[in-house]
Amino acid sequence: MNQGHTEPTSEPVADSQPKFVIRDMNFFYGTVQALTKVSMPIPANRVTAFIGPSGCGKSTLLRCLNRLNDLVDGSRIEGTVLLEGKDIYDPGVDVTDLRTRVGMVFQKVNPFPKSIWQNVAYGPQLQNVRKRATLDEVVEQSLCRAGLWEEVKDRLHGSALGLSGGQQQRLCIARALAVNPDVLLLDEPCSALDPISTGRIEELLHVLKERLTVVIVTHNMQQAARVSDLTGFFLLGELIEYDDTKTIFTNPTDSRTEDYITGRFG
Amino acid sequence: MSKFSIKKFHDSGSLFIWLCGGALGLSLLMIGGLLVLIIINGMGYFWPKDLIQFTLKDGRVVLGEWVATETIPGSESSAHPKGKERIQLKVGNRDLYGLDFRWVDRTDIMKEQYPSDVLAFERWEWGNFYGWIKEIQEGETRLAAGNQEGMKVLFPLLERTNGIQERIHTIEHDEIAELNHRLEQARLRLRSLELSGQSRSGDRATIQAHMQEVEALYEVQNTARIALYDELDRFRMTVVDAAGEEQTFPVGTLVKVWLPNSMGVGEKLHMYVQNFWRVLSEEPREANTEGGIFPAIFGTVLMVVIMSIAVVPFGVLAAVYLKEYAKQGVVTRMIRIAVNNLAGVPSIVFGVFGLGFFIYAVGGTLDQLFFAEALPNPTFGTGGILWASLTLALMTVPVVIVATEEGLSAVPREYREGSLALGATKLESLWRVVLPCAMPGILTGLILAVSRATGEVAPLMLTGVVKLAPSLPVDGFFPFVHLDRKFMHLGFHIFDVGFQSPNVEAAKPMVYVTTFILVLVVLMLNMAAIALRTRMRRRYAGSSV
Repeated sequence: MNQGHTEPTSEPVADSQPKFVIRDMNFFYGTVQALTKVSMPIPANRVTAFIGPSGCGKSTLLRCLNRLNDLVDGSRIEGTVLLEGKDIYDPGVDVTDLRTRVGMVFQKVNPFPKSIWQNVAYGPQLQNVRKRATLDEVVEQSLCRAGLWEEVKDRLHGSALGLSGGQQQRLCIARALAVNPDVLLLDEPCSALDPISTGRIEELLHVLKERLTVVIVTHNMQQAARVSDLTGFFLLGELIEYDDTKTIFTNPTDSRTEDYITGRFG
Repeated sequence: MSKFSIKKFHDSGSLFIWLCGGALGLSLLMIGGLLVLIIINGMGYFWPKDLIQFTLKDGRVVLGEWVATETIPGSESSAHPKGKERIQLKVGNRDLYGLDFRWVDRTDIMKEQYPSDVLAFERWEWGNFYGWIKEIQEGETRLAAGNQEGMKVLFPLLERTNGIQERIHTIEHDEIAELNHRLEQARLRLRSLELSGQSRSGDRATIQAHMQEVEALYEVQNTARIALYDELDRFRMTVVDAAGEEQTFPVGTLVKVWLPNSMGVGEKLHMYVQNFWRVLSEEPREANTEGGIFPAIFGTVLMVVIMSIAVVPFGVLAAVYLKEYAKQGVVTRMIRIAVNNLAGVPSIVFGVFGLGFFIYAVGGTLDQLFFAEALPNPTFGTGGILWASLTLALMTVPVVIVATEEGLSAVPREYREGSLALGATKLESLWRVVLPCAMPGILTGLILAVSRATGEVAPLMLTGVVKLAPSLPVDGFFPFVHLDRKFMHLGFHIFDVGFQSPNVEAAKPMVYVTTFILVLVVLMLNMAAIALRTRMRRRYAGSSV
């Protein structure tokens, strides 16, 4: 299964310090329950993948990790989500602060209709970084980390919308990295991209996990197998199985996981 | 080949397509017809027309510009199955005959001529005169006799009198106006001293001395002005018209003189452009039926600009609250319905509201608080360009709210989430990402608002428009923009010239010209806003690398 890319780190879950700990989480959109009794640790400096059929709640869970679901009218959450031991749903938590620590990249590429430079500098500027030289430095570093610098360094002030889809998604990653987050959430980041762009982003994730924790939602099981260290399989809002990626893909304990992985449904 | 069948035609759906196409075509035709009518009638006004001289069967001679030819209603007979025709001429010479226009029956005409040496005189008063020069005098001495010699003397003389007229205009509108302004300021200072109860005689004496100084300056200017008027009156000319009637007037009352029948196309074109420019740049004369419409153009544009400055922030803020912050539900739905209905309220209702609220309530209070020294003369407590603009802003704010809300809805959710995910607050996201993206929608609202406001007349009549404003709302005296002043407006000008003028027939071309220019102004204001929107769109569309 793991072809072509760096071998995922094959340490057991417990060995790594957990970044997030999710305990008994229930999530409701109005009266519809989207997540039921989800409990899982998410280790630091690892790539964790959520897989499962559409509507299984994996994106909802991801969006709970940076409280982006707060925006949805009538949504309700039960249980706890601890980030480094602190509950992120505590009333005293500054949500904007949380979101700078937990960055996010979306399924639909969404660079702002501004220049490339303005896109990357957007986050730092929100934190009142005003000095042009500092901003220039952050922009260059972030674009380098996202592997985009060489391609765009001559057109930093051109529109971000003039880039190709894959470049735009890497720009979104650079934009998220510019605020220096601990965690990067990716919600099906490659679903709209061609295989070459997808490959580049997957390579990028291997490098990024050295410095931060990556959580990725994906529909593509090969992708999960290639990039992740751990995989959680979701079905109808429940976490069915959560283990090392290798175990999930080669020797799943639950028959539903096996059915899904082998393509019998979903 | 199969026969054409109604059923087949109906079933194919072509009927519906024809119906839609027909409706669109008809609307285009009507709009096109309207524009062509306005353009032809409006643009024709500037063209120096030939003067026709008809000799009638009874021996009378009529000279004038052709205006129209029509069939006399009810004149059909066996001899004239299609009816008799009559021709309308603009004969001018109002001071001789009382009327500018005359109908001539085609059957009465014996001879039709275009005399090459006939002159057209445009005068400051009494309209045009068509005829020939008999003699020109300076005081009692005769400078020239006859048309040929007269022309040689007249043209240089005209340049001189036009120079004097300009000088008088400067004295009256700049120098004396400034002195009046200073005098008025001094009077107000005096009055406010009185009101405040501090009767320090030192202050009063200084102000009174200043007033005397200004009055002395005024006397100087006035003497100069009177001398210039005397100079204008010195040269007099006697002219004779086609019927042999004579008329004497000072050369100083002439605006310009031309030879319509012997001008080439090039010369006429030159004069055409000149006439057009004069209408755009000059002030009206003769109860607005002649001269230019510059103050009306200026008033219209300034009013729309002030309205835009007021309506955009107001409308955008309201729409942002309604769309982004207010809890969506029954209340917001009702507010939305109310806002939409507000756009349909007749404009005169807004005029009444503007009069009651802005002028009497707000303006009256302002006067009592800040302009007490000028009372009982109102400053803001009467119609003015500010109140008219704000009334129109109120009238057009629903349009801006609706357009902004639509613009906000069109901003993809991904942009908002992307911004929030970077640690932006809602306000920061709105200000830095959402509103810039909604800008094209906001500008669409502004375009609609400007179109509606520019053409609106009814509310203005209650809130500050006048048929003749003594001065523009912007001038050289502090604070330069006088928002309390009354102003002229193209839409009202059309109504005034066309329907309130004592000489309706003479005013008709002016109505078309003003209409044409109003359409032009609307078009240009819209073009400016559209250009801005296109720039915004390009900036946010990504092709501008």
